Amino acid sequence: MSLLIYAESAEGKFKKVAFELASYAKKVAESLGTTVTAVTVNASDVSELSKYGVDKVLKVTNDKLATFNAKAFADVIKQAAQKEGARVIVLSSTTDSIYLAPLVAVGLEAGYTSNVVGLPLSTSPFQVKRNAFSNKAFNITEISTDIKVLGLAKNSYGLVESTSTLSTEDFSPSLNDADFNVKVENVEKVTGKVTIADAEVVVSGGRGLKGPENWGLVEELATVLGAATACSKPVSDLGWRPHSEHVGQTGKPVATNLYIAIGISGAIQHIAGINSSKVKVVINSDPEAPFFKVADYGVVGDAFEIVPKLTQKLKEFKAQNS
Amino acid sequence: MKILVCISHVPDTTSKINFTNGDSEFDTNGVQFVINPNDEFGLTRAIWFQEQQGANVTVINVGGPDTEPTLRKALAIGANEAIRINAKPTDGFFVAKQLAEVIKQGQYDLVICGKESLDYNGGMVPGMIAGLLGYNFINSCIDLKVDGSSAKVIREIDGGKETSSASLPLVIGGQKGLVEEKDLRIPNMRGIMTARTKALTVLEPIDANNNTKAVKFEKPTPKSAVKLVSADNLDELVSLLHNEAKVI
Repeated sequence: MSLLIYAESAEGKFKKVAFELASYAKKVAESLGTTVTAVTVNASDVSELSKYGVDKVLKVTNDKLATFNAKAFADVIKQAAQKEGARVIVLSSTTDSIYLAPLVAVGLEAGYTSNVVGLPLSTSPFQVKRNAFSNKAFNITEISTDIKVLGLAKNSYGLVESTSTLSTEDFSPSLNDADFNVKVENVEKVTGKVTIADAEVVVSGGRGLKGPENWGLVEELATVLGAATACSKPVSDLGWRPHSEHVGQTGKPVATNLYIAIGISGAIQHIAGINSSKVKVVINSDPEAPFFKVADYGVVGDAFEIVPKLTQKLKEFKAQNS
Repeated sequence: MKILVCISHVPDTTSKINFTNGDSEFDTNGVQFVINPNDEFGLTRAIWFQEQQGANVTVINVGGPDTEPTLRKALAIGANEAIRINAKPTDGFFVAKQLAEVIKQGQYDLVICGKESLDYNGGMVPGMIAGLLGYNFINSCIDLKVDGSSAKVIREIDGGKETSSASLPLVIGGQKGLVEEKDLRIPNMRGIMTARTKALTVLEPIDANNNTKAVKFEKPTPKSAVKLVSADNLDELVSLLHNEAKVI
């Protein structure tokens, strides 16, 4: 009986979500009276996991797993779970983990629930709270199988340090040719820019910005805050910004610490996509814009005047506080 | 090529979400149901294959008789036939088992699902179908091409995109980008009339476990009123973000 997490890494370094996952898992393991084992794939230095309560690492090093492959990675996690006798397996909510989690669940004949936003409300029966209806509601889900797979929603728990003594074991799962039937041919990643997936802060623009030529305003504010840029659905539909920046119910969900919406009126679908963000700031010329009803802070006025001023103020603030 | 498009019957994205029966059930009162938007992108792509390369497109749904208008809409858009599995879709694993059975019987080459439905947002059915059948699987697809028995797929990854190839049979979880929004089909009168004559087969479910159940629903606690800051006093906003919200 153990609790297993898949600690995701990229180019050998753990992603921040791996530490959030460890923090969460530590607390769940305590309530179950067990320890936390992490399985890692081609991570170089695993010692960082000890800061967040991981007791044991199953370290997989394999060149065939240099690029992500859902079936093969699911096989790794399944075999790690079997080796450890894990009854609870927790994964994060990155695009890759969401991809492989159902395969892990089927492989282990486990009940799976995604979008989990809190610690189990009860461990017997096993009940967790999760986001549903595109963040317009929560759903308390009971998992009835012996083995349980949970997908933790991003930024729903945070980082909690908890030092542990870490033991490390090299682990060589057996992989077969069928694991590699999907062949990755090419990966294109945006470099030198904060992406929505990694961002703590997102600055988003809507139709109120009048045209793609005005996106410099959004980008400058984002640069000062180390933020990713995003947009509303009409903006991506009009082709002002790429689809990958569309935030909302049919686009990307965003669960950041700070979300700044500029010139976005706040359609119900957009709000659903950003509802899990902690602090929302809205800048809009229309005081009746529905977005003000869900915002924490608002400024009513012309974005073309307010945003450059705010960027300047934040620059000064950062200079004084860095 | 035999294509199966899995369709979820979900509340329209503008729906206000409410619960009934002691917050244990979704309140369908006054709610308009639609084809799950992620599935709609997949359906349009399937119709594109049908028109451009020749393919037979079947749509399928796990649900009660109330979901048939959604299947009829898919037929009006251009699907050749429809299947409804007569069961309440209470759990992702249960749904995946039902669909996997039909796929096994029907020998479909390509199974197109949305990456998640916009009601329960489980995001598990496409992967579970692939896992149950041992089929190749690619999630979060934003482009799909098929040439003979092999497919080339682009999927979205965090901060970019990835191109993969895989042989059929293949299950994909699709999303916006699979086709352009402007290319989504709206049923025309001819399509609606023809849809009435197309086959809609009702199958009884096979025995399968429910691994999870939705016990209760909650709505988020109402937010306190927005704090408005004057456009002439942005120092206050910076101060609030630093001292009160502690996000900068």
